[in-house]
Amino acid sequence: MKLNKLNRPEKVKKKSYKITLILIFAFLIFITFIISMNTGVSTLTPMEVLNTILGQGTDFQNLILFEFRLPRIIISILVGAGLAVSGCILQGVTRNPLADPGLLGITIGAGLAVVLFVSFFPSNTPAPTLLLPFLALLGASLTGMVIYLLAYSKQDGLIPIRLILVGIAVSAGLGAILTVLSLRLNHNDYDMIAVWLVGRIWGSSWDFVLALIPWLVILLPYAFYKARILDAFGFGDKVATGFGISVEKERMKLLGIAIALAASCVSVSGGIAFVGLIGPHLARRLIGPQHKYLLPASALIGALMLILADTLGRAILQPTEIPAGIVVALIGAPYFLYMLAREV
Amino acid sequence: MLKKLKSEKESETERLISQPIYRRPRMAIFVLIIGMLVLIVGLMLSISVGAVNIPLRTVWDAIFHYNSNITEHGIIQEIRVPRALADILVGAGFAVAGAIMQGMTRNPMADSGILGINAGAIFMVAISFAFFPGLSYNWMMLLSFIGAAISLILVYGIGALSRKGMTPIRLVLAGSAISALFTALSEGVAIYTNLSQDIAFWFAGGTAGAKWNQLEIITPWILLGLICALLLSRSITILSLGDEIAKGLGQRMTIVRVLGALIVLILAGVSVSIAGPISFVGLVIPHIARLLVGVDYRWIIPCSAILGGILLTVADIGARMINAPFESPIGALIAILGVPFFLYVARKEGRNLS
Repeated sequence: MKLNKLNRPEKVKKKSYKITLILIFAFLIFITFIISMNTGVSTLTPMEVLNTILGQGTDFQNLILFEFRLPRIIISILVGAGLAVSGCILQGVTRNPLADPGLLGITIGAGLAVVLFVSFFPSNTPAPTLLLPFLALLGASLTGMVIYLLAYSKQDGLIPIRLILVGIAVSAGLGAILTVLSLRLNHNDYDMIAVWLVGRIWGSSWDFVLALIPWLVILLPYAFYKARILDAFGFGDKVATGFGISVEKERMKLLGIAIALAASCVSVSGGIAFVGLIGPHLARRLIGPQHKYLLPASALIGALMLILADTLGRAILQPTEIPAGIVVALIGAPYFLYMLAREV
Repeated sequence: MLKKLKSEKESETERLISQPIYRRPRMAIFVLIIGMLVLIVGLMLSISVGAVNIPLRTVWDAIFHYNSNITEHGIIQEIRVPRALADILVGAGFAVAGAIMQGMTRNPMADSGILGINAGAIFMVAISFAFFPGLSYNWMMLLSFIGAAISLILVYGIGALSRKGMTPIRLVLAGSAISALFTALSEGVAIYTNLSQDIAFWFAGGTAGAKWNQLEIITPWILLGLICALLLSRSITILSLGDEIAKGLGQRMTIVRVLGALIVLILAGVSVSIAGPISFVGLVIPHIARLLVGVDYRWIIPCSAILGGILLTVADIGARMINAPFESPIGALIAILGVPFFLYVARKEGRNLS
């Protein structure tokens, strides 16, 4: 059997090392969280932030922190974790370290659904918050199904490389449709879509946090619960079947989780690519291929990436904000290229 | 021993090239002649169709008996004719750029759009739009060329650096990452400068804004690119047979590759600077040309030029008619045609590419 990158036996790392690493990431997220609370157009000193958190802030300070910054930071963390876990699952299932919900066209499928909604129900009726994740999920699932069907053939089964090529093609096609649709929008709606597409955390109110949390609360633990099956996939379909896993069924389930995670995240964050690619990849380098640790580590790295990107985006060119998606792409694309050159 | 091997290789090459199925000059001449005729008809149609439909007779008069007092003659001379000519030039440019890339890298999925070259060009153009609005068209074209070059160097640099060499799939992935990066950056520039929707139509690709002074600048470049492509076509054919064979035939591969890359940059960069990033022309047309005329790039390149011109002319007419009186972006239309084609190629080759 040909061993590829994912199931090449790697140096076994100690459990305590992995747990320490995970704790370090959690700590880094916490630090960035604090920094992010202090970053923004209206400057609040760290003391003011502290006072406000302790309940002694002015109305203005309360408004800034609790109504604008805090939900947005929480959204970044949730979305980063969700996208990274989604990417981790996709990479595990397809045995391809380059799989990513963005590259596979799932993100743009979700985007198209949102754009369709906006074109038919223009901005004067605010889109119902809770509906958006469902719409995005619908678009993403349809796209996922189309890509799966197109990449699957009876003789060869699912060839991971082909899955990615098909993903690129479908993204291009959906992107074209999206362009046609978005050019017909009025100026405000267009701006909203443009910002959505490049991935600015736009759903930054508590409503969106509440809309997102149930998805993650159900899907993330379920993904962690499937860690062993993902490990088995790493050995190839035949070995996995030998372990007593019904490969097709589990693959569908896992792809389903990955799509649902990506879709619900994308519906509030917009088209953020590369988090789902790089989070799991970094995690695998640091922590090894065991999904029991890999999934939580991916989630933490993804969360850290996005909260960092969002904070940087707010800090660099004040008062203009750079959408987090662009910051992520700026860091992510070179890393991806490096990966392509060195590893795969 | 080595000599014997070499001569065997040479005879193998000769066999490959001389086999009737691999080269179909009669078919190629047929394609060229019919293609020319179709192109002329397309040109006339393209001039007559639009927000105002103008009868072909008036078109004829406007071109050969121009009368500045007739509004329709003005529309034809100032808007329709440059646009139709731009379609042909840009179509030929993208198609031949794709043909060269496919031949040189033996990558069936090569296309200036898919490999991220268009995105690099458009990024530089977006920068010039946003930060140097008064820049002359010459400079914009140069910037577009530089952007294309940056992308090309990145994409091929990654292919060359990687341990397992420059496989088609790696090039496509590198291209899509570079596209993602430059598209994000261009969007960022557009949002930052509040020009989003103004630039967006142009991002979507189209020749609606083509003007005579732009045409005057791009025409020599495109023609130069096409002629150089023709001159290089024999070497490209040899490269397309594989490195081993090319080496065996004493082909100087590095020089051919560098020249080929330069031609691709000129053709794609110039085309993007006037029409925006139009993907898939360079993917689809060379495949069709190869199917029609065989594997000899001396025929594939001229046929690709003609067929590319036809595709873009037809797509442009379609873009004006589908949702009249609004214009749909040509780039999107061609993508909708091109994606199934890409899927077909990916499915067919997917097994061999990894």
